[in-house]
Amino acid sequence: MARTRYAPDRGLTVRMTVTMFLLGLVFVAFVALIIGIMIAAHASGAAIVLVALVFGGGSAIASLFYSDKIALAAAGARVVSPQEAPELHGIVDRLCALADMDKPRVAIAPTNMPNAFATGRNSKNSVLCVTQGLLDSRLNLTKEELEGVLAHELSHVAHKDVQVMTVASLLAIVAGLLVRFAFYSELFGGGRRNNNQNAFPIILAIMLVSVVVYAISFLLIRVLSRYRELAADRSGALLTGQPSALASALVKVSNSMSRIPSQDLRAAEAMNAFYFAPAMKLTGGGKSLSTVFSTHPSLERRLAELEKIQKQLGQMTPQ
Amino acid sequence: MGFLDTLFGRTKPVPPKLDDLFALPSAAITLQAATGFEPTGSGSVCFRGVEGKTFSDIQDDVRELLNMDAGKPGGGLPVEVTKDSYGFTWLVSSRMSDELDALVTDLHAVNTSLVDNGFGPQLLCTLVAFRDAAERRLALVYLYKRGTFYPFAPLTGERRDNALELQIKGAIGDDLKFEQDLTKWFPVWGAPGL
Repeated sequence: MARTRYAPDRGLTVRMTVTMFLLGLVFVAFVALIIGIMIAAHASGAAIVLVALVFGGGSAIASLFYSDKIALAAAGARVVSPQEAPELHGIVDRLCALADMDKPRVAIAPTNMPNAFATGRNSKNSVLCVTQGLLDSRLNLTKEELEGVLAHELSHVAHKDVQVMTVASLLAIVAGLLVRFAFYSELFGGGRRNNNQNAFPIILAIMLVSVVVYAISFLLIRVLSRYRELAADRSGALLTGQPSALASALVKVSNSMSRIPSQDLRAAEAMNAFYFAPAMKLTGGGKSLSTVFSTHPSLERRLAELEKIQKQLGQMTPQ
Repeated sequence: MGFLDTLFGRTKPVPPKLDDLFALPSAAITLQAATGFEPTGSGSVCFRGVEGKTFSDIQDDVRELLNMDAGKPGGGLPVEVTKDSYGFTWLVSSRMSDELDALVTDLHAVNTSLVDNGFGPQLLCTLVAFRDAAERRLALVYLYKRGTFYPFAPLTGERRDNALELQIKGAIGDDLKFEQDLTKWFPVWGAPGL
């Protein structure tokens, strides 16, 4: 086997496996509980569950299929040609040739907040979008730092993060819909309750289970999202061979983010998980709580991981 | 990339394919016969440098190795090292125009030293320059990760002569492993040695 300096991070793989295993476990437990409740109730809530599954699955597939169009429209971004943005295309061209991957479309969003995201259901339909703020001379991002940001986003495309996160959120979507449906059916189906004394506790049980499942899967998805950010940092830094350039880009983007008033940022909240750096910072509730709910790892954590890669690349002899 | 690697977000850096580069000298003869383009004797290797002393030491060693026979009979000019505006490093080797074999050997020496030291994935492309009687510029670009060639014919400004490029593909497409996906024919504006 050829010698390499690019050993995989086993710890990260293990932590990601555990997270995904737990998500799967919650899913199985959820399905088992719902089925259990329905058998006990002689299938009176079947319609609700079926509708939630169809709606949840349908919306997940639709959002995956149209992820590029939805994200571009939400960010108000426009796909740019190589003539319009030669420098940006030049960097992406080279990175794609280095990584031997299909070149995504390149888009620019007219937002002052410096950030970038990549989305799309597969490599042929993916879009890499940067905001105007990232290219702004006031941010003073060097070309190598910009390259680091783009390499991070291309890694998201290579890792199929949109697909993985859609599958991971499916459970949360279905559970969330069940809570809502159960609530409304209780609200509006009150007249029918007299006919079936059994229905009220069953709907309550479904609601309770769904709330718990929603909460647990929500936290697990956040954990998974943070690991995938670290994985993209890692692959991006290995691709360019410049972990420090990515680190300094992170510092610059995070610093300027905290200076910008949150009014601008609110519009970006829904797309947080796809961004290079979190656009919405959770404030209050203590540091530990914001770490648990965050879609991105802390800046300190990301810088520490990049430092490790720097040491790994600087080893005198390859492994 | 395998399913598990995707699932765990472990992109493996892509190792370069080196062997197909040696098909170039014979294809250059066909090219000259069919289109009149002759090698200028200049060729370059482009790679993404890695930060830190380990890599820069290796780069210095490669340079010394290539310069060993510079100035002697049969040797070329000293190797030029430039960094382009994208942060990529170019090692340019210049030989006499009829020494394409020696040039390819030079380029291959760069490849093997990077690969032997574990930095193979940093190789981007290699360029060999050609020119015809009308002084039109042409480069054959070898993509390391795909092991394929494509033509690049820059005009003044950031425009390229697509007609000429497709003509070149028609002329020597059978002699070299050509890149069939035209979206991979990315431009290398201002490449040194072109």
